[in-house]
This record gives sequence, C-alpha cells and structure tokens, in this order.
Amino acid sequence: MNQKLIFEISRAGRKGYSLPNCDVPVESIEDMIPNEYLRETELDLPEISEGDMVRHFTALSRCNYGVDTGFYPLGSCTMKYNPKINEDVSRMDGFTGVHPALPDSAVQGCLELLYKMDLMLAEITGMERVSLQPAAGAHGELAGLMIMKAYHENCGNEQRKTIIVPDSAHGTNPASAAMVGYEVIEVKTDSRGNVNLSELRELMSDQVAGMMLTNPSTLGLFEENICEIADIVHDSGGLIYYDGANLNAIMGVTRPGDMGFDIVHLNLHKTFSTPHGGGGPGSGPVGVTKDLVPFLPTPVIQYKEGQYIRDYNRPFSIGQIKSFYGNFAVIIKAYAYIMTMGAKGLHGVSQTAVLNANYLLNKLKKDYQHPYDRACMHEFVLSGQLQKNKGVSTLDMAKRMIDYGFHPPTIYFPMIIKEAMMFEPTETESRETLDAAAEVLIRIAREVEENPELIKEAPHHTSVGRLDEVQAVREPVLRWRP
Amino acid sequence: MSRYIPSTQLEKTMMLQEMNCESVDRLFDDIPLKVCLNRSLRLPEALSEMELRTHMKELAAKNISNEENSCFLGAGAYDHYIPSAIDHIVSRSEFYTAYTPYQPEISQGTLQAIFEYQTLICELTGMDVANASVYDGATAIAEAASMACKITRRNEIIVPRTVHPQYRRTLSTYARFRGYKIVELDYLNGVTDFTSLEGLINKETAALIVQNPNFFGAIEKVKQLAELAKEHGVLVIACADPISVGILKSPGEMGADIVVGEGQALGNPLSYGGPYLGFFATKDKYLRQMPGRIVGQTIDKNHNRGFVLTMQTREQHIRREKAASNICSNQALNALATTVYLTLLGKQGLKDVASLCLQKAHYAYNKLIETNYFSDCFPQPFFKEFVIKSQLPLEELNQALLKDGIIGGYNLENDYPELKKCWLVAVTEKRSKEEIDRLVRKVGGIYESEVNI
Repeated sequence: MNQKLIFEISRAGRKGYSLPNCDVPVESIEDMIPNEYLRETELDLPEISEGDMVRHFTALSRCNYGVDTGFYPLGSCTMKYNPKINEDVSRMDGFTGVHPALPDSAVQGCLELLYKMDLMLAEITGMERVSLQPAAGAHGELAGLMIMKAYHENCGNEQRKTIIVPDSAHGTNPASAAMVGYEVIEVKTDSRGNVNLSELRELMSDQVAGMMLTNPSTLGLFEENICEIADIVHDSGGLIYYDGANLNAIMGVTRPGDMGFDIVHLNLHKTFSTPHGGGGPGSGPVGVTKDLVPFLPTPVIQYKEGQYIRDYNRPFSIGQIKSFYGNFAVIIKAYAYIMTMGAKGLHGVSQTAVLNANYLLNKLKKDYQHPYDRACMHEFVLSGQLQKNKGVSTLDMAKRMIDYGFHPPTIYFPMIIKEAMMFEPTETESRETLDAAAEVLIRIAREVEENPELIKEAPHHTSVGRLDEVQAVREPVLRWRP
Repeated sequence: MSRYIPSTQLEKTMMLQEMNCESVDRLFDDIPLKVCLNRSLRLPEALSEMELRTHMKELAAKNISNEENSCFLGAGAYDHYIPSAIDHIVSRSEFYTAYTPYQPEISQGTLQAIFEYQTLICELTGMDVANASVYDGATAIAEAASMACKITRRNEIIVPRTVHPQYRRTLSTYARFRGYKIVELDYLNGVTDFTSLEGLINKETAALIVQNPNFFGAIEKVKQLAELAKEHGVLVIACADPISVGILKSPGEMGADIVVGEGQALGNPLSYGGPYLGFFATKDKYLRQMPGRIVGQTIDKNHNRGFVLTMQTREQHIRREKAASNICSNQALNALATTVYLTLLGKQGLKDVASLCLQKAHYAYNKLIETNYFSDCFPQPFFKEFVIKSQLPLEELNQALLKDGIIGGYNLENDYPELKKCWLVAVTEKRSKEEIDRLVRKVGGIYESEVNI
C-alpha cells in the first residue's frame, strides 16, 4: 500500500486551523513594513482539513515499527520500553509552558530538577559533575572532546593533537574528534575482543590527547584490561573518554569513574528510557572528574543560599554549545525514570539486561558464528559468515526477520566482524519474547539451507518492499515538487 | 521487581539453569574486582507512580508558566499557539518509540513525514534542499558556518551583533575548536551596520550571517547585505523567523545561500529551552557539504514509491573522521510536530498568524510609547518583537508585572551593556487586546506608584 504525500491530498480552499479575529485596530501592512520586504508570491503550503490531516499521519504511523509495536533488539541503541508516566509528567503545564529566558527565581522547579539530575548522574557514573546541556549523544561527545582539548591547552600541551580510538568504535567517535581538530589513530582489537595493549603502548606519546573507549565495547564485551588501559593513557599525560552508549550493562555494578575515565557522555534516550522519537530528540549529558569541572559548558547549575542558579561566570569553560539549557523535556523523562527505579531498580536493570543478552546468545550460537567465546554483557555480536558462504547475506536475514514481526538487529557493525549482527534485547523483554525471537532466527538459518530465494526477496509483508538505495543517491529526489 | 521488567525471580533462575550458569553475578566475571562498586548507588528511594506524579507536580508548581501568565517574553523562544491535534499525532507511539529509520521497510511513517518536512522547509526558506533538522537554531548556525568554510576553503565568518547572543556564543565555541575565526560586525540604529561591512570582508571571509528579523525584532536589509557579500565571493547564511515568512520574502528570494533558524515557533512548546529543532536548507549545488540526515525518494522492487535515508556517504557511520559533521540524528519528533503545524495552518494560516503577530505587536508598541514611560530605541520596521527604552530599571518593572501575572520583556542589558533599560517585547497571536491593554495599564500603575514614593 502506497501513501499519498500531504501535498497530493491538498485541495485549494480547505483549512485545518482556527484563529481568533484580529481584536486590535487593523493597520495596513504596507504602513508597517516597506513593500520591498513583503512577500509577492503565495507560499505553497498544503490546504487540508484537520480530520484529513489526522488520517494522513495516522496512516503514516501505521507504516512504522516502534518499541510499543514489538521486539526491537537493535544493538547499541538500547530500545527498552519507554514508560508512559514519564511522557505525562514531561507534559505538565508547569514544564511545557516555561520560557527559557525567565530569571532563575521564576524557574526554581526546572533548576532544582536539573541540579538533582546532574548529581544523580554523577553518582551513577562516578563523576564529579555532569552538564545536561548536550542535545544528543554525538553532541555530548563533541562537548567532551572540547573539554579534553581545553584542558590540554590550559596545561600548555597544545602539541597533543591525536586521539586513539579502537577499531570497534562507533563512527561518531572519530567524527567528533575530527570536529575539534584532532587526528584519529586506530588501535586494533585483540583475539579476545579487548584492546590490543602492546599496540596501545606503542601508540601512546606526548602527542596524544587521549583515548575514547566504549565499555562494554561495541562487541558487547567488558574490556578486561581497563585498569591497564587507564594507566597507560594517564601515565603519558592523556585523558580517557567514556562513550556511554553501553551504560545499560553496568549500572550499580561498576562506574566509569571507578575504572579511571575522566570524561563520560551518556545517552538518556538509551539507558534512561526516554523515547528515541524516530531519530530524536535525545539528550547526551557529559560528566567529568573534579579537575575538569571548570571546563564544563555554560551554564552550570549551582545551589547557593537556598536558591538554584545558572552560573555563566566560568572563565575556563568551553562556553555555550546550544541555546538555553539542554533538551529539558527529555531530561524530565529520564529524571522521572531514575526516581522510579532507585538504586536497586537500576542495578536490576543492568543485571536483567545482561542476563537476557546471554540467554539469547546461548540459544543462537549453534546456528550462527559467535566470534568471541566469552560471556557477553548487555549485547552481543554474531557473524552471518556461515550463511553468507551459502549466498545469503546478513542484510537478507535482517529483512527476513521483519516478515516474522521483529525489528532486525544492528547490522554490519562493528565493522571488524564480517556480516555482523548486533543484538541488544534489553531488560524489558520477557523470556517468551526472547524464545520467540530465537526460534525465528533459528528458522531463518534453516531457510538459508532450504529456501534462500525466499530470504533474498524479503520482506514480503511490509507497506513497501526492499528499496533501491542506489537509485536514491544517483538521482536525488529530496523534496516533493508539483 | 520493577513494573518495567517482566522476568520473575523464578524465570531468571530457569533461564540461568538453561545456560548452565550458577548466578547472574557470574555473567559479570570479566569486570575486574578492583573496579567493582561494592555498595549501592546513593540515589533517592524509588517512588511509586503516584508518588512520582505528586513529586513532579510539586516541581512544576515552582515554575512560572505561560499557562497562567500573559507572556510578552520572546528573545528566541516564542509563545505561539499550538493546535491540539499536534500532540495527538506526536503521541502515536509508532512514531515516538521508533529509532532512526535504518530499516526503511518498517519506517516509512517517519521517512515520509521527514520528506514532507524537508519539502515544507524548502518552501519556507526558498531553498532547493533541506536536511531532516539539527538540534536547534544555535547549532544550525554553527554547522552552517563550518559548511561555508568547507565550501569556500576560507576561514572567517562575519557575524553582526544583531544575531541572537546565544547563537553567537555557541558559534564562538564551535569556531574555537574547529579553527575558524569569528569577526563581529556592529549595529547601527538596530540593524547591521552596512557601511562597516565592506571593510571587514577580506579574502579569508567565508560567510556573512544575517538574522532576519534580527534579535531586536527589526527587519534587516538582507538583499543589500547579500549583494555586497556576493561581490566578494562571500556566502550568505540567513537565520530566519519561520513565522515571519508568512508575510516577508523568503531568505532565498533575498539572496541567501544557506538558510537556518529556530523551528520552535512551529508547533513546539517552550519547555524551558528544549527540545527544539534547527531547520537547515541550502542550494542544490551545496548538497554534498550539508550536514545532517537527509531523506530521499526512491522505488521498491515493485516500482512503488518509497523513502530512505540517503546521501549517507557524508555521514559518520560511513566516513568516520572524514564525515561532513558528527551529527547522527535529527530532532525527528519535533520535525514531525512542525510538519503537522505547517500542514494545519497551510497557505492561508501561516499568513494569518504572521499578520496577527504584526498587528498586535504594533498595537502594543504604539500603546506603550503613548504612555510616555518609554521611548523608541531603533527607528526600524519590525515584525513581532520591538525594543523600547524604559525609565524604570527593568528588573523592578518585570518583577512587579510578574506579581500581576504578566511575563514582561527581555532585558537587553544582559547581553548588550550599552543598551541600558532597553526592553525587548514580543507579542504573538496569542495575546489578546485585553492582555495588551492590561500590560499597558499595569506598567502605568507601576510607574505612578514609583513617582508617589
């Protein structure tokens, strides 16, 4: 079934809004604004009734798949259930109706929430303070690297211009490093899935600003030599940066600060249950150790003499990185989540997330290649190489999963595993769901043997079939035209 | 156990048995003992759903909200009316609980909505292509500046002081770390000082940024500025108020090469500053240098129309350190709200909203000036926001107004030390004549009580 575009159902003269009549004396527009600035052509926007608009977008929503639709084991994305109460509290008038340019005295509720959230995230990560300013994970990374650079510049170490990133890292790590002018060096992963220590030692020098690391790694494995790595980086004067994409594995078990990390970014839309929104808005707080607090972006929320205030007077700060203060409504939802879970609850989250991942891995490792024979953390990576040898790719199998009603795993990442499939079931899935998903994946492995063409043509039951991405690039159509 | 975790203790035990694992703790054996946290996290006691709601209500009650107060504050975030239908659409969980649309066959809802959004933004800005949105207006400007440096292979950006102060601060942060230079251009009578522009342009100038209407609400001579910039091969980055284009010429018509702006006004609540969305559009020829997600139209194997994320070779997951930007998401749900807003208002509605803002702002301006407690600051045409100079200190004035349920204007001295007692007042379509008259009366009352003391 094909959906028409909103522009194609527009009909001249229809309308979907109602505004009050102008109750002030009407002046001629030309008397207020010189003619040369005024629009001469009509804006070509849709004309449609409210009810038809609702049908259009309801129909579109039904072509989508969300966590509320079904199992969504997208690795490194932590597609856990998004609690409904958190949506409701974030929509309270006393939050949605608050203007960001009001004086601090008029927004004490917002500032109290932000301050307490800062301290709770600091406790969870073992950092001193956390800035809630970054709007997304990548933005948090950018802020973290700016902090690293500002710190080195302040120490007179301008020569430190490289960043070490494992070959398994998220693509955003090197991209963020490049954005602050750092050169990126890759360190290899060893045969157990850890960072190759001897290579790391060789790469370290007084030219290196620091290292970025995800732990557990994107392979779903805990970095066993984390203490040695932190020592190697620190001994040569570098800082070590924690990519918080995988924090869901370790809450209440260990903390980045205890592992020796200096800078941490978190994804509230992963670990702390705020919905992904189809690609945003997210929130990517950045936390730091005591020595780095002066470099945090402005403003920093402080509590002084019974009042919460926004502190802009911070001479060492990297400065402002967006308007106002963070994606506040997203932060509310994550705050509500932590207040709901408490310490015991968050520990239970990580324990269950790790249990669920190992349970699913255990069911699948007979039928799919499992590159590292270790217990996984909250996610695991399989290789579809056995199936690829028989002519069916990981992409084909992912599309076939859709036919069975599941969202596919993350595919072709990390890049160091051929035909990678990265599964992250999360703690909010029941044993039956995991069993059902395992059954489907095992059935697909069987279909590879018996009926590979069926898989190569998948998906068969979606609103559109497999789409031609090459065509989209070759002849870009990026907007509708009449 | 938490209501968000289905597994019971018994089920967990059975799962472990099936895996031949004696306890959950064994699964964490790879974590060195040295780094284990041997205590509980120090967090507040967990709250039930009822207790949480009460707690959140208490926090919300400590804020001043535009629901109970008449808001005349703008300065980059605006109290426009949000039609009810918008929240009903963005509350459909197929939209809000989905991830970035990596699997297009089950993400056509998000993808088509973004394609529609891109089309609407192109129409508003007068550009050829738009991305799926970036974080907000400030980061949109910063990304546009980087893009202009890449296109021109130059590294200076001219920024008038009439651009939003927070945008300029954000731009400075990005510029410091990305290694380009910001050159500030002063204002004259509330608009960019055209006569000083030429002197600042040199062979390293990549772009001129111009905000229209500018931070003071005044309408800039964009066309004239753009023509001068172009004579020197300087790109023009226009930052637009998206409501104003209901009556004003689009930035594209006035010569902009890249058009960005804060999209909050288009159907998104104030929410103490976020989440908002930055819209971002440019000309076809700069498509490959544009940051951010882009959705394109294509066909499926049966030749049916469908939509996919496209032009991904610009992006971090493919290009890593060579990517156009590190951005890997958009403000999808805010962009959806904006798509619904523009769809509902349509051709006539956006014009009507813009006209109401214009009329009411001028009415308020005239009435406030008539009180003789204020003087005019800048003799410029304005849209929905204007600057007047007060005789009373503004903190005092705003505090007194707040007691009467009125959120007063912005104190420009916060960002412009030279603009003492200069009040930036915003009037949207939501303010009734009665509210404006009340503001004028209250201001009069406050001044009179001052005189009596």
